[in-house]
Amino acid sequence: MSFLDASDMTGGYGAADILHGCTLKVEKGQIAVIVGPNGAGKSTAMKAVFGMLKLRGGSVKLDGEDITTLSPQDRVKKGMGFVPQVNNVFPTMSVEENLEMGAFIRHDDFHETMEQVYDLFPILREKRYQNAGELSGGQRQQVAVGRALMTKPKLLMLDEPTAGVSPIVMDELFDRIIEVARTGISILMVEQNARQALEIADMGYVLVQGANKYTDTGAALMADPDVRRTFLGG
Amino acid sequence: MSTHQPKAARGGALRAPLFFTIIALLIAIEGMTRGWNGALGILNMGLISAVIALGLNLQWGYAGLFNSGVVGFVALGGLAPVLVAMPPTPGAFAGGGWGILIALCIAVATVVAAVWLNHNLKGKARAVAIIVTLIAGFFLYRAVFDPAVAVIEKINPSAQGNLGGLGLPTLIAWPVGAVLAAGAAWVVGKTALGLRSDYLAIATLGIGEIIVAVLRNEEWLARGVLNVNGIPRPWPVPYEIDLQANADFIARAAGMGLDPVTASTITVKLLWTALFALVLIGLLLLAQLALKSPWGRMMRAIRDNEIAAAAMGKNVTRRHLQIFVLGAAVMGLGGAMMISLDGQMTPSGYNPLRYTFLIWVMVIVGGSGNNWGSVLGGLLIWYLWIKAEVWGPTLMGLITAHLSDGAVKQHLVDSAAHMRLIVMGLVLLLVLRFSPRGLLPER
Amino acid sequence: MDLLNALVAVLNYIIVPATAYGAQLALGALGVTLIYGILRFSNFAHGDTMAFGTALTILVTWGLQGMGISAGPLPTALLALPFGIALTAAFMLATDRVVYRYYRRVRAAPVVLTMVSAGVMFVMNGLTRVLIGVDEIRFADGARFVISPQEFKAWTGLAEPLALRSTQVITVVTAALVVVWLFWFLAKTRTGKSMRAFSDNEDLALLSGIDPNRVVAVTWILAAALTTIAGTLYGLDKTFKAFNYFQLLLPIFAAAVVGGLGSPIGAIAGGFVIAYSEVAVTYAWKKVATYIVPGWEADSLMQLLSTEYKFAVSFTILIIVLLFKPTGLFKGKSV
Ligand SMILES: Nc1ncnc2c1ncn2[C@@H]1O[C@H](COP(=O)(O)OP(=O)(O)OP(=O)(O)O)[C@@H](O)[C@H]1O
Ligand SMILES: [Mg+2]
Repeated sequence: MSFLDASDMTGGYGAADILHGCTLKVEKGQIAVIVGPNGAGKSTAMKAVFGMLKLRGGSVKLDGEDITTLSPQDRVKKGMGFVPQVNNVFPTMSVEENLEMGAFIRHDDFHETMEQVYDLFPILREKRYQNAGELSGGQRQQVAVGRALMTKPKLLMLDEPTAGVSPIVMDELFDRIIEVARTGISILMVEQNARQALEIADMGYVLVQGANKYTDTGAALMADPDVRRTFLGG
Repeated sequence: MSTHQPKAARGGALRAPLFFTIIALLIAIEGMTRGWNGALGILNMGLISAVIALGLNLQWGYAGLFNSGVVGFVALGGLAPVLVAMPPTPGAFAGGGWGILIALCIAVATVVAAVWLNHNLKGKARAVAIIVTLIAGFFLYRAVFDPAVAVIEKINPSAQGNLGGLGLPTLIAWPVGAVLAAGAAWVVGKTALGLRSDYLAIATLGIGEIIVAVLRNEEWLARGVLNVNGIPRPWPVPYEIDLQANADFIARAAGMGLDPVTASTITVKLLWTALFALVLIGLLLLAQLALKSPWGRMMRAIRDNEIAAAAMGKNVTRRHLQIFVLGAAVMGLGGAMMISLDGQMTPSGYNPLRYTFLIWVMVIVGGSGNNWGSVLGGLLIWYLWIKAEVWGPTLMGLITAHLSDGAVKQHLVDSAAHMRLIVMGLVLLLVLRFSPRGLLPER
Repeated sequence: MDLLNALVAVLNYIIVPATAYGAQLALGALGVTLIYGILRFSNFAHGDTMAFGTALTILVTWGLQGMGISAGPLPTALLALPFGIALTAAFMLATDRVVYRYYRRVRAAPVVLTMVSAGVMFVMNGLTRVLIGVDEIRFADGARFVISPQEFKAWTGLAEPLALRSTQVITVVTAALVVVWLFWFLAKTRTGKSMRAFSDNEDLALLSGIDPNRVVAVTWILAAALTTIAGTLYGLDKTFKAFNYFQLLLPIFAAAVVGGLGSPIGAIAGGFVIAYSEVAVTYAWKKVATYIVPGWEADSLMQLLSTEYKFAVSFTILIIVLLFKPTGLFKGKSV
């Protein structure tokens, strides 16, 4: 039994379905990566897992519990954290306030978690009183990830965390993500940089037109000639 | 509007005839129970309301533009009969007319210069140059304007003290009213269109207030709160007195078993009705043609998806300006018709609740985007507005019948007349909520 | 001496009244901007909400006066204010429940909500008239002056009087307290921060577990408080007349837009910009000019615009800002 088990998800924004029986699974403490062409429905699948989209078919289970009908807020309480692809910070609030808002549902003392986030992303500590809207793209992504970590999630979902950041920062972000996974947090991540992402992935999903095209371990997908040719550029 | 629509309208092709029959019945009942004079009075103002509502429907229904200054465009249209149809005040134009015209030219030139500077300069120099130009222009304007106004306002102040009109037929004033309103709309539209939709709402709210303030205070123009009386009626509407003095008319009235006074008032009212109905039908035809033309289709395409339309290379702001000006012109026409009907200009009567937001209720209730709907809404809501003033106190009288006389009862009875505001608000809210497409939905 | 007289005249006829008026506008604009930031529409019912809240406060004031309760030198209306606020807030929450909530659920376009607010405006306007009538009402009691003009002249020996009415002082003090409290609330409290987060990025706020219904409710309560306070202060300072409150809508909107819709600091700045301009432009400068340039007898009043055109001032400033800086002085929401 996987920690996250989203099976046969079917649904979309309006009448037309975007997802056609898409299945995503993540094991405890592992990294699963979704890759695929633009418009394949990767973000849509993430939203479906997080309950921001009504499913017409399929189910979502977390740690064995069926959460298909829960609202996103309730899923946060169950231990899921989500970093959307766009608009993922509060731009006119300071970095620290962004993190506080991440911890909104917590009623215990969250300062320890905040310190951990600052340890993970030292630049945020430096910029803690600056508005998130005034940060660089890479720094903003760190705020977004940090915000999601504030609830101490058991499953962290990242939609293209490295979009628009330089290769150096990207490598660093990947390192941080591995670090997070080492602490026992499961990670489900969409990535445009398929090669690097599959390298660190335990599990890889290639999504095409809302359905699983290839599913295998990261290493196996990297080795698959078909996948290499069509999705990794040779 | 392409918003939600909980319940699609039912009834299809029979809907419109049905509702118009109901209106006709309501007017007929009014005529038979309370007299035809009053009934026709309601009908005539209802027709004018329908014209104004048609104008607003052009802006909101076709293009989704939120105009909260309808009262200003109606009032400006109402100025036209004063300026066109009243006899000129002797000596006023020679004394101050040129001064005022020159002053207005200075004002326009100043604004044009400021706009030119805005386009052709940059940075700090631009701001300074514009401010200097505007301030200099303003003082020059006042220097020419004030003495001219003083001269005019001194002429026979108890009856005139204003520029007077051109002494032309009143019918000419109607298109002039449309042009005046269109001009004001062009200025507002040019500045506020193309920004967020709420900004247009706020800017038009302002222009509405300002136009009414101008009418109220510029005595040289339309005597301000002193009112202009005796605005001539348009052809072919005669005066009751003249009819009553006409032997031929008296004989014919007697032939129908009517006394001359009743016969003359009814005849006059019916002629008004015919005239207004003619205008309304003409406008309705034009509006329907426009709606079905490629231009109208494009308008609605823009309304339903501004971004897509802009991406297809349509100049959205330009189209919006066009329709905004057109709509305001129709409102101005309605305003001119109304002042002709009243025969007097009373600027303090231009209340935004009555002339802006009530028109909104008409358009929404009728069905935004549907011209027939606006006509229906205009007639129906006007009828309700008038009747609610009567029904409110009656109802309150019944409710409080068992209360003992006292301050509370008196207060309730006194306040009943205000109930119609609440009723109109509730009608608007209920229609928006449960039937946002109105009585006659846009197809 | 003449220069001093000129200064006192400016103080008496411009600075003092415009500061009080600016404070009232600022409170009104804060309400507009708060609703805009969180509920995302321009609330046309704002002026009538002010009138409604003030009418309730006046009724309670009369009740208190009838029971012989007063606040000594302060106006009794200050004691009635909390009741007025509570009643208005209850009304607003009920309105949200039966009217606005539905449109939030279907995610209606802002312009539809603005239209809906016009319906609410009608209802509130009618209710206010039913409650208290359409006449002008004076309800300020207590001490009239902090500095009375005669005393000032006697003390200083200047030709020009300076009047500082207690209602003006109360207005400024109350407004300052309210603003400080509001900023503290928004900056420091959990609820306040969640409101800012909601205004910044609604979707992310939902993802963070912020309860939208709570945020909206708090917003209405704050708006009710701000409008009732602004309306009562305006009524104390001048008089209460329902229609005047409707007309305040324009300067209030102008203040909010000039400052930047959605920006609380901007609303305050905008309120004062509008108030000072309005008063300065409609003031007859002749007297001041004669003091400054001795021996010169100006032949006109030196009044740029007659007071009836004070709305033109807000309008002009509004248009200038829209043309050159549509996001306002303090960068509000652009879309
Ligand atoms: N909010 C929405 N409403 C309607 N359709 C949407 C919405 N968001 C996305 N879509 C549609 O769903 C499909 C899948 O979009 P999605 O964002 O899931 O793709 P993606 O795989 O994340 O692409 P990218 O790599 O560009 O982020 C697209 O055809 C898109 O047009
Ligand atoms: Mg995506």
